[in-house]
Amino acid sequence: MTLMKSLMGAAAAVALTAGAALAEPALIFDLGGKFDKSFNEAAHNGASRWAEETGGTYREIEMQSEAQREQALRRFAEAGSNPIITMGFGMADPLSAVVADYPDTTFVVVDVTWLDAPNLRQVGFAEHEGSYLVGMMAAMASKSGTVGFIGGMDVPLIRHFGCGYAQGAKAVNPDINVVANMTGTTPAAWNDPVKGSELTKAQISQGADVVYAAAGGTGVGVLQTAADEGILSIGVDSNQNHLHPGKVLTSMLKRVDVAVYEAMSAGENVETGVFVMGLAEDGVGYAVDDNNAPLVSDDMKAAVDKARQDIIDGNVNVVSYYENDSCPALQF
Amino acid sequence: MEFFLTLIQVLDSTIRLATPLLLACLAGLYSERAGIFDIGLEGKMLMAAFFSAAVAAVTGSVWLGLLAGIASSLVLSALHGFASITFRGNQLISGVAINFLASGMTVLIAQSWFQQGGRTPSLFGGGRFEPINFPLAETIDGVPLVGPVYSELLSGHSILVYAAFLMVPLTWWVLYRTRFGLRLRAVGENPAAVDTAGVSVVGLRYAAVAICGVLCGVAGAYLATALQAGFVKEMTAGRGFIALAALIFAKWRPWHAMWACLLFGLLQAIALRFQNIDLGGLIIPVQVMDALPYILTVVILAGFVGKAVPPRAGGEPYVKER
Repeated sequence: MTLMKSLMGAAAAVALTAGAALAEPALIFDLGGKFDKSFNEAAHNGASRWAEETGGTYREIEMQSEAQREQALRRFAEAGSNPIITMGFGMADPLSAVVADYPDTTFVVVDVTWLDAPNLRQVGFAEHEGSYLVGMMAAMASKSGTVGFIGGMDVPLIRHFGCGYAQGAKAVNPDINVVANMTGTTPAAWNDPVKGSELTKAQISQGADVVYAAAGGTGVGVLQTAADEGILSIGVDSNQNHLHPGKVLTSMLKRVDVAVYEAMSAGENVETGVFVMGLAEDGVGYAVDDNNAPLVSDDMKAAVDKARQDIIDGNVNVVSYYENDSCPALQF
Repeated sequence: MEFFLTLIQVLDSTIRLATPLLLACLAGLYSERAGIFDIGLEGKMLMAAFFSAAVAAVTGSVWLGLLAGIASSLVLSALHGFASITFRGNQLISGVAINFLASGMTVLIAQSWFQQGGRTPSLFGGGRFEPINFPLAETIDGVPLVGPVYSELLSGHSILVYAAFLMVPLTWWVLYRTRFGLRLRAVGENPAAVDTAGVSVVGLRYAAVAICGVLCGVAGAYLATALQAGFVKEMTAGRGFIALAALIFAKWRPWHAMWACLLFGLLQAIALRFQNIDLGGLIIPVQVMDALPYILTVVILAGFVGKAVPPRAGGEPYVKER
């Protein structure tokens, strides 16, 4: 009897604490890792900002392999985390398998816009618009008439970046030569700075004097080699201007931090549906700070700001790679 | 002339890419020739890459970094030796364990020391191996053919590159012209015979594993302090495994190992320079070039081009008869 009593008591206590605890948000980082100085780090920054401002706590995990994705989703969902924020297009398939099983949990995914589920908030970015602006800056800064693009893993998303970049560069100088390379076809391509360096050297020998890296951790090697060889580079996702002051022309900002911050602030009742953050929503843009101010001339700034307004107003249309899986300005 | 310059640039890139492969491949050669299979080359390189970058970043001296890298790689080698020689454990499992250990420990320690998300601060000045320019490289550059070959291809690499290529004849000489080399090879073929002759099998195997550790250490340091300016997690990106493939491709022989590594380096360099190769209508996608090292190794292993016979006692712990 006493044993039964204490067991019941324990069960009741567990039930009470479970009921009393507010659902914590959870954040699942992609393979690049929390501190990739780029995409995932932006998410981390957004989440940290939320935690600091509200004093809240959240759970997080860094993916180590593809197989962990679904497992992590189910674990967080079963542990009662809400909302569950996930990073990267690689989450699309696991999510579509999992969301229906947890109708009371809201899932948020960044970089996926094509799924269909009532309890899913999908946040996409108009990366081609931001890349268009830095492409213009690259073309204006280039003296050789050749600019480079180095992508990470060869996936449509990265081609989307490269496509916007090439269109921007060609808008400034129709004769410009855009050299584009992808690092690889496996997730290892996000973390191979040695290959990034070699690609940069290969592009330099083909005449490139500005390179844009959209390659996660591989970009560290690209920016390093560009600085060593005395050419300009362009960072991506987070502001990377400080990595090599005076050598990084600008960074294409993708406000993943804002997307994560907003989702966490809204909590369980975060609005579901598809949201695309473009130039108008300040979801993408280019970075100017003390580190690159001397590199960005007034002409450059004026031209880019005008283009930004034109895109927002609809006077300039930047073709998205997704529209028909091809790019008018660049052959991959 | 355009074509020639491109060729030189691709070959230049080949040398840079082949160097870590070559060092790791020779490391594996010593170990496997002594009968200790080592699939932990990747892990040792990674550990050495981290410690060389970390120490170089803190002290500002790349040479201290190199020493630290070699030391860390030696510790892992000792672990491998301990598990597979002294305790006669499974060599493959020990190697896998080393790879996992290195992959996790490097990021963990880096995060705790530098708080930069599993990477080291960027190295500059004395913290990096600078390229060595040969005398007269600038002057001779204008001479057709010879000039670019001398100034672009041969000159301008870091000292570790030249050391790596010098290791090839040295390894050949040690293995085939010294008493130590003869015993080392014998211990991988027939350890009982070596033991009967009164030579310590365990001692020889530890020596081989230690040499393997030193070479892996140099390879890791080259990645982090010469090719790059700092450590990034998982920066070896499978090079240890390509080196193993090269070792099999070379049938465990030093000169062949060099050619195999240069070939694999060339394939990578071509893949990096040209995304898709257009051979008169036939387009070879870049993925084919990336996969070729493995395909070639499988072809060799399958016995289409000669036969790759590993050292006979490889993978088997030696048990002294009583």
